[in-house]
Amino acid sequence: MEDLSSLFHGFAVALTWYNVGMMAIGVVLGVVIGVLPGLGGPNGVAILLPLTFTMEPTSAIIMLSCIYWGTLFAGAITSILFNIPGESHSVATTFDGYPLAQQGRAGEALTSAFTGSFFGAFFAVLLITFLAPLVAKFALRFGPPEFFAVYLLTFCSFIGTGDRPFKTVISMMLGFGLAAIGMDTVSGELRMTFGWSELLRGVDFLVVVIGLFGVGEILITMEEGLAFKGKSAEINAKVVWQTWKKLPKYWLTLIRSSVVGCWMGITPGGATAASFMGYGIAKRFSPEAHKFGTGQLEGVIAPETAAHAAGTSALLPMLALGIPGSATAAVLLGGLMVWGLQPGPLLFVEQKDFVWGLIASMYLSNIAGLIIVLTTVPLFAAILRIPFSIIAPIIIALCAVGAYTVHNATLDIWFMVLFGALGYVLKKLEYPLAPLVLALVLGDRAENAFRQTMLASKGQLGIFWSNPLVGTITTLALLMLIWPLIALIWRKLRPASVRGSVIAAGQPRP
Amino acid sequence: MEHPEKDGAEAVVSQRVADIVVAVGMFAIGVVMMVDNYHLGAGWAADGPQSGYFPFRIGAIICIASVAVLTQTLFYTKGGTEAFVTRARVKHVLLVFVPTVIYVFAIQWLGIYVASALLIAGFMRMMDKYSWLKTLVISVGVNAVLFWLFEIQFLVPLPKGPLEAFFGY
Repeated sequence: MEDLSSLFHGFAVALTWYNVGMMAIGVVLGVVIGVLPGLGGPNGVAILLPLTFTMEPTSAIIMLSCIYWGTLFAGAITSILFNIPGESHSVATTFDGYPLAQQGRAGEALTSAFTGSFFGAFFAVLLITFLAPLVAKFALRFGPPEFFAVYLLTFCSFIGTGDRPFKTVISMMLGFGLAAIGMDTVSGELRMTFGWSELLRGVDFLVVVIGLFGVGEILITMEEGLAFKGKSAEINAKVVWQTWKKLPKYWLTLIRSSVVGCWMGITPGGATAASFMGYGIAKRFSPEAHKFGTGQLEGVIAPETAAHAAGTSALLPMLALGIPGSATAAVLLGGLMVWGLQPGPLLFVEQKDFVWGLIASMYLSNIAGLIIVLTTVPLFAAILRIPFSIIAPIIIALCAVGAYTVHNATLDIWFMVLFGALGYVLKKLEYPLAPLVLALVLGDRAENAFRQTMLASKGQLGIFWSNPLVGTITTLALLMLIWPLIALIWRKLRPASVRGSVIAAGQPRP
Repeated sequence: MEHPEKDGAEAVVSQRVADIVVAVGMFAIGVVMMVDNYHLGAGWAADGPQSGYFPFRIGAIICIASVAVLTQTLFYTKGGTEAFVTRARVKHVLLVFVPTVIYVFAIQWLGIYVASALLIAGFMRMMDKYSWLKTLVISVGVNAVLFWLFEIQFLVPLPKGPLEAFFGY
């Protein structure tokens, strides 16, 4: 078991005082970031990334990934106590979480949410431990055509699984377009700078993320005029213990949600879709389905487990292939490049300490995270009670600081404001933003893979079917792309009666 | 989900109009990308695809997709007359957005610390009318922490203005 010994070596890397300290700081910061409106996984990590430039990469990724876990945990706090999903992946948690809090069972709801999250994450980390090295080893054989095909698959499955395929396409292509601004790395020519020398270095994805997710979110929160009137968070050892005794009953839900979550995380379906699917599946199979929405523990466990499993397993393709499965993973991938590491399958060969240190830290930090959130929930709930007139300007200032530190350029702060306004409009019109970030981060790499492929084939697209491997991936990608069309035809062909009953299962009959 | 308010409930723009405007804007972006990259060379050179090859096609896809969104909105979406933003809400948004723009201007003259302190103080006084003492403590305190963190701990220089220069930074 070569992998197991690597993993133990990883524990040795992760278990230094410094790195454990980084974990604790990361999780606490992550929960704070996740609880605050306007700050979330992607932009929280983006703002802090410049501070880690001088750190050792392993410690830096441990801290930043812990921020990510923290934000995943935090979603449950706001959903259950305040009926406000702090992150989009915790929307489904509000369905049953808030009713539970209203009945005075917030402690139970929180405990089961956190424990479910922990279970989902643990499942995903196990998967990463055993699957990621295999995927990476397999991917070592990949050449440019295979890589481009995998990128294609990633992007096509985004389009195919989204609700609004055309809006997803636009958002994604905007990302590619932004990535192309500046100097072309192959020919050295300037692209789309419109004679503006400041655009020479391009638009940094960190600035875009801070603008879209940070400033944009603040504007939306402001518009909705949220008043945080939450339920109190009574959580103590007795409640935790009693809830834990109930949880084994839901083992099947836990496992189902973990599997759904991992699948959605690896294919870039994302945590949000995973949480809804987890909730939907739990409801469908539960004997008490009619009680869902009125305060069922199962209705809290299912989406949280799936969301956390998805969020965690999104790191699998990022580590093994260099393709992030979520917006936050995309920012982390950008971090790798900043620290001078080349993402991709070679990471497992060349940066063993880094990879296995990170994987080992996932085990440890999820345990630490569970303990931290269980013991400190009231503290975090108190943060939400700080008036918005104080929180909002502080977050705007933090965003500006984050945007500036990327390149020490004031122009970037203007870009941040611009993308903030854009993010507000796009989000209100239901353009998905994650594809934009993903395309922006991967743009140059996807383009280079494409160009190298075209160079090799002298412009013949047939190279994407030149061997069984690349052919399968490409075909799969195209299938994903036209998936909405296939689903449409399928629904048309099916008898109307079947269709009716499927729809009626979701809602009460008129 | 929408809560109609008594005053200012009338829409500034409807969802439908906003959708159309954004789709047209996206189309324009696509056209700009195509034109710019066409001039750069979007074809095939002796040594492979030219610099504009990839972005030119990206621009084309944006154009096609925005036409599709436009068609969907115009012909296939019923309703859509509900408000994109109501008058009352647009006021809320501008109450944050305008100060943010002024803030970024201020950063260039005053440095980021003083500008941030003013931003926080402004919000606290305008929105919730905190006492001057509380306002001062929080706005200066937050920036003192920022200064300590960035300039002293992490040695990351942020934009500074006349006040910092006065203290010798």
